[in-house]
Amino acid sequence: MQAGAGCFSIPFDVPPYRLSGAVYGALLNHRSALAVLGDAVFRPPYDAPPHAPVLFIKPRNTLAASGSVVMIPAGTSELEVGASLGLVIGRTACRVSESRALDYVAGYLIVADVSIPHSNYHRPSVRFKARDGYCPLGPAVTARAAVANPDALAIRTYLDGALMQTASTADLIRPAARLLADVTDFMTLAPGDVLALGAAGPAPRVSSGGIVTIEIDGLGSLRNPFMEAPA
Amino acid sequence: MMRARVAYAGAIHDATPAPLPQSQSSQSPGHEDLQLADGRVVAAEDVVWLPPFEPGTVIALGLNYADHAKELAFKAQDEPLVFLKGPGTLLGHRGVTRRPSGVKFMHYECELAVVIGRTAKQVARSQALAHVAGYCIANDYAVRDYLENWYRPNLRAKNRDGATVLGPWFVDAADVADAGNLGLRTFVNGNLTQSGNTRDLIVDVPSLIEYLSAFMTLSPGDVILTGTPEGVVNVMPGDVVTSEIDGLGRLVNTIAADDEFGR
Repeated sequence: MQAGAGCFSIPFDVPPYRLSGAVYGALLNHRSALAVLGDAVFRPPYDAPPHAPVLFIKPRNTLAASGSVVMIPAGTSELEVGASLGLVIGRTACRVSESRALDYVAGYLIVADVSIPHSNYHRPSVRFKARDGYCPLGPAVTARAAVANPDALAIRTYLDGALMQTASTADLIRPAARLLADVTDFMTLAPGDVLALGAAGPAPRVSSGGIVTIEIDGLGSLRNPFMEAPA
Repeated sequence: MMRARVAYAGAIHDATPAPLPQSQSSQSPGHEDLQLADGRVVAAEDVVWLPPFEPGTVIALGLNYADHAKELAFKAQDEPLVFLKGPGTLLGHRGVTRRPSGVKFMHYECELAVVIGRTAKQVARSQALAHVAGYCIANDYAVRDYLENWYRPNLRAKNRDGATVLGPWFVDAADVADAGNLGLRTFVNGNLTQSGNTRDLIVDVPSLIEYLSAFMTLSPGDVILTGTPEGVVNVMPGDVVTSEIDGLGRLVNTIAADDEFGR
């Protein structure tokens, strides 16, 4: 990833010490998120439930820190916030086995996958998900050794201090190690890359003036205000 | 100006086409010799060719030529079909791309790649080309067996290791008279299999920059792969795939089987 304009990173004190800037996420990997779609997964345009992980990319223009303001574009009243546990890759991960997968993780952080709400998952929806500042992450990277079990973490999302959603990484269709194994079978992850495991559904929505706080056990909290963009 | 990035003798170098010796014509096989920034002249086959610039965000277009969309039996899109690619998928000239065993249809896609040179945010079509640094050839492979209907084209089909080949040269925008009128060709083992022209893009380069920069800030090094025309065919291990665009050179890639990758 080229240094310079639009490049965002969080330093941390275990190798590789910095994020690379590449952020991948899994969609529909939380049982509740897939359940929202119900029988629609069997109908066009999908025809069948997902087989391989459904992945998206948050490009560098989306990356933002805790505290940064997320802009709601004109003509949109609300945004969706997908709260997820993110893995930070510690060393080159290519074809890792499920049993060894967590050895490749340097640490964990909170990832907020912000989207303009859209009901159709047939196309990659870049216009809805890759807007500037639509991927706050942080607040820091917590070293792997400090997290006893990444498959049993509570994720709480608050809007203006009121609890909107509670989820657990225990309800992921592909837990961390399984997802890493399946993803690195065809795409190598590099040190500092982030892989968000997937948000619960339905995603909480926020309108202008709202402040969203996401907490994950042991990882701290990510807090971002949402504001209407000037016309 | 054409520039390459190559690894040679322990370092990564910027390189340009070597001046031809007076005794050779421009048709000579030595034409791919390189001159490194430090003055050394080296043969094309003695260096490792990297993508010719350091790519930032990689943005790709699907179904952006009417003939290719028809070939794949798609109707016109409401808006450009945009997807993103990660850094791990990138590969340089003369690289090797794996074809997984057991798949039925893996194909190349010869595409014009547009490299951003100036931060672009809410740029109007009329100003778009002022934000382009230059161009290169892209060969963006797909394994159609892995396509699913979720966020299609999904990463397993389009974001595989080594499946996005860029190069050999980065060519300055000033040296490309009209990016909207460039012939594209693909040869498999020397046989012409794909032929098109960027004049047939459904959404042309200025409009793509206008569309994208309306919602995402484009930064120097970001690259837009503008889509491929009709003529995609299955490739097999051992095939040599050459992608060619007028004025940008010839990008060569070889397909390899699983066993070369220890699978």
